[in-house]
Amino acid sequence: MSYTSMDPIPHRHWWRLPVGPDEKIWIAVAYAWCLVMLVWMVGWFFVGNQNQAGEAFKVTLDGFSNKSDQMIDQYQLKDASGNLMAEGETDVPVVQVPAGGNVYIAAHQFEWPIIPVLELGKTYVFHISSLDVDHGFSLLPIVLNLQLIPGYDYVLRFTPNKTGVYRITCNEYCGLGHHLMAGKLYVIDTAHGVVLDGKGGVKGGEIGGAI
Amino acid sequence: MATAILRNPQDFITCPDTGQNLNKPAISLAKANIFTAIVFLLAGGALGLLVALTRWPAIHILPSELFYIALTGHGAAVLLFWCHFFEVGVAYYFVTSPINARLATPKIAWFSFWLMLIGAAMATVMVLIGQATVMFSAYPPLKAHPLFYVGVILFAVGALIPMFIIIATLIKAKNERTYTGSMPLASFGILIYAIIAIFTWVMGAVIMIPTLLWSMGLIHNMDAQMYRVVFWALAHSTQQMNIVVHITIWYTLAAVLFGARPLNEKVSRMAFVLYLFALQLGSVHHLLSDPGSSFAWRTFNTSYAGYLAVLGSLIHGLTVPGGIELAQRRRGLSHGLFEWLRKAPWANPVFSGFFLSLVLFGFLGGITGVTMSNQQINMIIHNTVYVPGHFHGTVATGTTLAFFAFSYWIVPLLTRHKLAFPGLARMSTYLFGLGMGTFAVFFMAAGHLGVPRRHWDITYADASLPFQFSATVQMLVTVAEIGAVIGGTGALFYLISILGTFMGKTVEKGALPPLAEPAGVVAARLHGGTEPHIKGLEVPGSLVLCLTLLTFLIIYYFAQYKYLATIWGIR
Ligand code: HEM
Ligand SMILES: [Cu+2]
Repeated sequence: MSYTSMDPIPHRHWWRLPVGPDEKIWIAVAYAWCLVMLVWMVGWFFVGNQNQAGEAFKVTLDGFSNKSDQMIDQYQLKDASGNLMAEGETDVPVVQVPAGGNVYIAAHQFEWPIIPVLELGKTYVFHISSLDVDHGFSLLPIVLNLQLIPGYDYVLRFTPNKTGVYRITCNEYCGLGHHLMAGKLYVIDTAHGVVLDGKGGVKGGEIGGAI
Repeated sequence: MATAILRNPQDFITCPDTGQNLNKPAISLAKANIFTAIVFLLAGGALGLLVALTRWPAIHILPSELFYIALTGHGAAVLLFWCHFFEVGVAYYFVTSPINARLATPKIAWFSFWLMLIGAAMATVMVLIGQATVMFSAYPPLKAHPLFYVGVILFAVGALIPMFIIIATLIKAKNERTYTGSMPLASFGILIYAIIAIFTWVMGAVIMIPTLLWSMGLIHNMDAQMYRVVFWALAHSTQQMNIVVHITIWYTLAAVLFGARPLNEKVSRMAFVLYLFALQLGSVHHLLSDPGSSFAWRTFNTSYAGYLAVLGSLIHGLTVPGGIELAQRRRGLSHGLFEWLRKAPWANPVFSGFFLSLVLFGFLGGITGVTMSNQQINMIIHNTVYVPGHFHGTVATGTTLAFFAFSYWIVPLLTRHKLAFPGLARMSTYLFGLGMGTFAVFFMAAGHLGVPRRHWDITYADASLPFQFSATVQMLVTVAEIGAVIGGTGALFYLISILGTFMGKTVEKGALPPLAEPAGVVAARLHGGTEPHIKGLEVPGSLVLCLTLLTFLIIYYFAQYKYLATIWGIR
């Protein structure tokens, strides 16, 4: 059989030639692994704690923005002297929604609109969306990444498992100020005395400093 | 192959070195397309280098706006224009020479070449003048100048037409009986490529035309999610196209260098066909961390459909090195597991580029690709620099490196010029493979630690709530970018050598080495007339390589889930 992969196959019965043992072994092993991945992935959905399929709803930009504003009005924290808490040059409000409540993240060019405060081990219903273009919600240092799409409310239940200061960076290119979109999030544990220190940190927190 | 009777011999020249019959219009078109591809690689590579030198924290060369312009330009010029001009060029060769066919409708092929070129030039100019700084993915509502979309559409239409020409050429060759028996594997691969490409470019029109109308203000609401779904149906299958062509090139180079043929034609062809089945569906792995699709749909899409493509690739992963191994063993290099590989021509850039691309594609692009398209894993790497890390493993060290290797053979064949600067060529494959490989690996590491992709400044110096990545992370990024610069140097050496070859002198004979004798013929000669029958495993070395890859994959896969289990609960 004097032909190569570049030549026509001179005989017509190539379809019936037996498959060698090497290929049989490999195809069986490779496909078995594909099935393991399938079973594992489905199993994780039922048993694992991390699944981002969630739910999504079509929303209007105004409607979503209003909900976010209402949340801020209602739940922005006040400091000891009764002033509304906000951080950074652009005065980003620090917002603590009660456990089980709805946290709206209405990202827009080039800002994360709130600094959420969450209680350790409590579950919150996050609504993540954008008011203009696609953004990327990337929560550091745990590196949890979700896509934000304007007009879609991405609903996911988050249960934080470590206290401290977290950072949020935008990781979907969203325009010329993409690199300005740095945000923040606190996880506290009031019952065990891990609370905001009022200076941009958490007293007794675990996560903090450089990422 | 030279034994076949040639119809219309006046339309062919016979290569005195390889004995191949080259259809004149097909080779002019192939040369034009490949040359254009190289010019876009030059432009895109230079932009890539600037991007790398900006992301290198200590250098940070470009200001922010130019950075985003350069990044958009880099993505478009290399991913779209370099790959697809090159592919159309080699496709014209693959559907003519191996089967002594004449290219159907060369005039239309030239017309489509000009469409592609005008479109590509238009889109590139719009990007470079800052009117389309939207990245190659161009997700609305980010908006570019309408002429950018016009450019992309012209390019896509120009790239669609050759696919019909390819299919027509194959049909015509069959009808004219220019060859006997079944079509060569190389041409079959290109047939699959053409079918995938038709789907791809039609999707391109489906999404780009409304986007164009929207950018002109004629349509008001563009659904951002719908765009992503259709866009990835397009952009994911352009990756299938790249893969199909570079695998076809792998098989071809195994034939050129070793006289190899597939272990089993049926298996190799089925593996190509699997790509077709998986085609429209695999694309949801780009959307796994998006809102909007159900668990069931994601699972169907990434498992049933995704794994068909994965299985296809895993099969080629055995049969490509297996073909070489068998051919080498038939030549008597049959000691131990790896004599066939040790004694391969490592100083020949055609071989080194080919084999490095095979290994790097599997180990860097493949392992990470399979892992990250498992839906839960996706959310720990989505849109970090892990993603460019992964796809430089596929499209740079896989596809592009295979194209480098193939160029070193096909450009001398088409031009009848000797390869220029062979020393640079020899270094180029190693530099590009190892440089880009380093870039990919360190970007993956940095991505695991959260470094965002498409990002000008990870020191967040001007942000309202700034923070710092640790020195370790900065270090990982720096090493990645050093790798990128080394890889860029490899690409530069390639460009010098190939452009030099294009500009070289025509030689009567000796432009390139003769093709290797078919391994079957050599074996028959060595064994007194018949090919020996091998008992037991035919290609144990390749099987060991594949099992090693699978072991890495399994360990890596579970390591990812182990990390995932430590983060917040997400439902
Ligand atoms: C010549 C050597 C190359 C260098 C130095 C290089 C460097 C880079 C760098 C630094 C990035 C930025 C990643 C980020 O910030 O998100 C990038 C992105 C990218 N590269 Fe390359 N690269 C090279 C070759 C290639 C090749 C050959 C291809 C494809 C054929 C390619 C395709 C891409 C794509 C598609 C992107 C993403 C652009 C985007 O995010 O929109 N690169 N490259
Ligand atoms: Cu953003």
